[in-house]
Amino acid sequence: MRFLTDRKRAIGNGSAREGTVRHWNMTVSSYGLLVLTPLFLCVVGPLLGASYAEVTGTLGKPVPAIIVALTLWIGMMHFKNGVRVLIEDYVHGFARELWIIATVILSYAIAATGVFAVLKMAL
Amino acid sequence: MADVNRGNRPLSPHITIYRWPVTMLTSILVRITGNALAVSAFLVVWWLLAAATSETYFAYADAVITSFLGDVVMTLSVLGLWFHALGGVRHLIWDQAVALEKKTADMLSWASLIGSVVLTVITVALV
Repeated sequence: MRFLTDRKRAIGNGSAREGTVRHWNMTVSSYGLLVLTPLFLCVVGPLLGASYAEVTGTLGKPVPAIIVALTLWIGMMHFKNGVRVLIEDYVHGFARELWIIATVILSYAIAATGVFAVLKMAL
Repeated sequence: MADVNRGNRPLSPHITIYRWPVTMLTSILVRITGNALAVSAFLVVWWLLAAATSETYFAYADAVITSFLGDVVMTLSVLGLWFHALGGVRHLIWDQAVALEKKTADMLSWASLIGSVVLTVITVALV
């Protein structure tokens, strides 16, 4: 039984030959985030509802600052790759390109803003 | 060549037809939680930026994020975060080509559902 339709055969879309590296990138960031997530919750959790002095004080220390900045950065890169798969599944044509571009920009913007904020308090 | 294949392709029933297996429910939830967590990240980063900007602006952001609605959103974020993490662990296990039998896969999926609730309760209680 043939699985390709006439249309698919005519378009000629096959493997992009870059799927493995995408899967690998998600695997690496997953393992990283598994370590970082509990640490992140331990740092940020108690700070929600804490005073301004406590928040800036904690994030002024190297270890909490690195945990928060690293989690946000790796997390947003993980999101950038993950949301791309979502978009590729549901959006087609030029709209797909626009959505991917927008989410890539958003991912870097959130990551950079988070790291900037932490650095400003830490340095 | 045209239409040589018409009507002879395998078709699968879609989500409206059959009872959802738990693996399907958790697969969809992993995707939803993963993408929804961008909203949580946006809020936390906004709150961090406020803290880095000034005490006045921090008071404003902190009031929003610790309001009743803010508490609800943050608690749901923690639940989403834990569920996505456990669902991800399940995928990392499956990537090793183990635990893919139907019963084991179902069990892992239930474990990720229940585990995420338990971890959320622990997180909210402790931090």
